[in-house]
Amino acid sequence: MERRHFLATGSGAAALALATTAGLAPAHAQTAPGWNKAAFDSKSLAEAAKALGATGAPVESKDLILQAPEIAENGSVVRVGAQSNIAGTTQIALVVEKNPNALAALFDIPAGTDANVSTNLKMGQSSNVYALAKVGDKFFYAVKEVKVTLGGCGG
Amino acid sequence: MSDPMRIRAQAQGDKTTVRVLVSHEMESGQRKDAAGKTVPAWFIQNISATHNGKTVMSAQWGPAVSKNPFMQFSFNGAKAGDKVIVSWTDSKGDKRSDEAVVT
Repeated sequence: MERRHFLATGSGAAALALATTAGLAPAHAQTAPGWNKAAFDSKSLAEAAKALGATGAPVESKDLILQAPEIAENGSVVRVGAQSNIAGTTQIALVVEKNPNALAALFDIPAGTDANVSTNLKMGQSSNVYALAKVGDKFFYAVKEVKVTLGGCGG
Repeated sequence: MSDPMRIRAQAQGDKTTVRVLVSHEMESGQRKDAAGKTVPAWFIQNISATHNGKTVMSAQWGPAVSKNPFMQFSFNGAKAGDKVIVSWTDSKGDKRSDEAVVT
């Protein structure tokens, strides 16, 4: 009886392990609700890209247009927009390099929606701002330096 | 419960541009209050928009998005009179959903 019980739990655990491994890959690609904590904890563009599933370093692209001011007087409201002219863009991320956490916002672009989003971001100090676009399993970026006269993250 | 969002959806040809202004503190977790204590982070984590039951935008935000966040995007396939519903969930689990009619 005991042995039978052991066997049952054993195979149960194995099945569970299998299910988790199998479940991992789709969970990554899913656009379903959820908050990618790992990505939002990242400290740099490279880390953010990796947390979003990039295998290599993102490549700079001229087809990705980042709209951001050269000088932001108030770091607590900086209008940043990104437009990707690369066909098949499924995700756009906005990354502020010198913020405590680099990734600021992540937009999923379903089919039928333009890969063109803009929002307001906080910037603690002058920093490079990146737009990161996911196309298939490749990542592209555009960069612009924004000078901040007044920081937006407390202080 | 927080104040309603201000949503504007304008159709131009086949393309509808949606502008959303959310009323939310978006506390970064970096700021200190008068007593020198860190104000805990409190921000919108997920925001999404649907049109006719189809998700047209879903975004994840970090605390670096500004207070009273603004978001603009555009999508195809909507016509005047259609409804666009925008919903968000914040890090405290609060939710809000508002809708706008495409003009």
